Amino acid sequence: MKPASFEYLRPASLEEALQYLADLGEDAKILSGGQSLIPVLNMRLSTPKYLIDIARVEGLSYIREEDGYLAIGALTKHVELEQSPLIAKHCPLLLEAVKWIGHPQIRQRGTIGGSIAHADPSAELPCVLAALRGEIVIAHADGEETLTPEEFFLTYLLTSLQPDQMIKEVRFPIISEKAGSAFIEVARRHGDFALVEVAAVIELNEDNEITLARLAAGGANPVPCVLESVEDFLVGKTVDDSLLEEASEMASEGVEPDGDLHGSEAYRRSLVKTLTKRALRTAIQRAGGTTR
Amino acid sequence: MKTMEITVTVNGKKHTETIETRMLLSDFIREQLRLTGTHLGCEHGVCGACTVLVNGKAARSCLMLAVQADGCTIDTVESLVKEDGSLHPLQQAFSDNHALQCGFCTPGFMMTLVDFLQENPNPSEGEIREAISGNLCRCTGYANIVKAVEQASQALAKQGG
Repeated sequence: MKPASFEYLRPASLEEALQYLADLGEDAKILSGGQSLIPVLNMRLSTPKYLIDIARVEGLSYIREEDGYLAIGALTKHVELEQSPLIAKHCPLLLEAVKWIGHPQIRQRGTIGGSIAHADPSAELPCVLAALRGEIVIAHADGEETLTPEEFFLTYLLTSLQPDQMIKEVRFPIISEKAGSAFIEVARRHGDFALVEVAAVIELNEDNEITLARLAAGGANPVPCVLESVEDFLVGKTVDDSLLEEASEMASEGVEPDGDLHGSEAYRRSLVKTLTKRALRTAIQRAGGTTR
Repeated sequence: MKTMEITVTVNGKKHTETIETRMLLSDFIREQLRLTGTHLGCEHGVCGACTVLVNGKAARSCLMLAVQADGCTIDTVESLVKEDGSLHPLQQAFSDNHALQCGFCTPGFMMTLVDFLQENPNPSEGEIREAISGNLCRCTGYANIVKAVEQASQALAKQGG
């Protein structure tokens, strides 16, 4: 399997990269870590005329705390997320999810911008971004804009990113350190794309009553699925086992999975239920609550 | 044909070559440099057989274009044997523990584990299994590979001390 022929461009700055995009637009593809794009090229599912390798663009690899957000540069590698004390402190959900991405060799090269732009519905980072109501900062030759995951992810492998645009930064809101979170997935083999994954965040008050709930499922819809109705249902409730049962039942009814050779629709729905229950229970325990 | 000149240091030796931009790093290593110790299994990032070190870190050479490696340092399995022909402790441990049968996946395991043992010189069994999760072996069932890594980590510790 070999990629089709292309012209290779290697801008050194963001301005230069955006100018290439503005000039070449639909004929060009952005290459960063290549862990999603190269297989696509190898299998000739895509045959761009130009590849714009942004890996050496200065100043796009960082993790910063900014106005209540963790701002992460598009070229930040998965392994850098994994090793970041800032992420461990402010976004343990993201840290837990990153460990599920592929294998060590993949995390060594894959970037956050690449994973978000690839928009695989069972990828870990889009699911966490959706669950936490993060933001995606898009750059183009004329400026920047900030999109919500809902605006950005359109369907399987398709985003609202225009041919002259690229992701510059991804932003995760910092959630109180008192909150507990959990990320769980099931895949056929360790490191494969998830059949289903669930991200949960829970905050409790002293009476074991839920004051904040964040819940999203990946692999269950064409885009990462925020289970808003379940979140609304949970807030204000006191934790007990029947609550988790009811919430996970609601979650499995709130998704619209497709069946494929890796798992039927019914199996994925049942996974959403099981994983929601486990993720919520773990998040509640980590928030200092009790589940009976 | 779209070509580009690149310079890479492979196993300590500097190479400047003009190549097609679409050439994968794995093909560059095997076909241009004739270093055929690096094996190609799936060519889409699943099997791990083509793992090499890029700037000291394990990466899949089939998921990289050679042009992306321009200016980088690459180490392949050929770099492990010492000049006098004696085996690297990892190779010795694989041999001692019957951690290979057909041997096709072995170069990938080696390079993954060289990086891993540098980062984590005294790993638990669980950590070893996590480290090799990106390398497929259809012969051994992994049990002997895990044993070999345990032996190698002890040998390397002795060497270091």
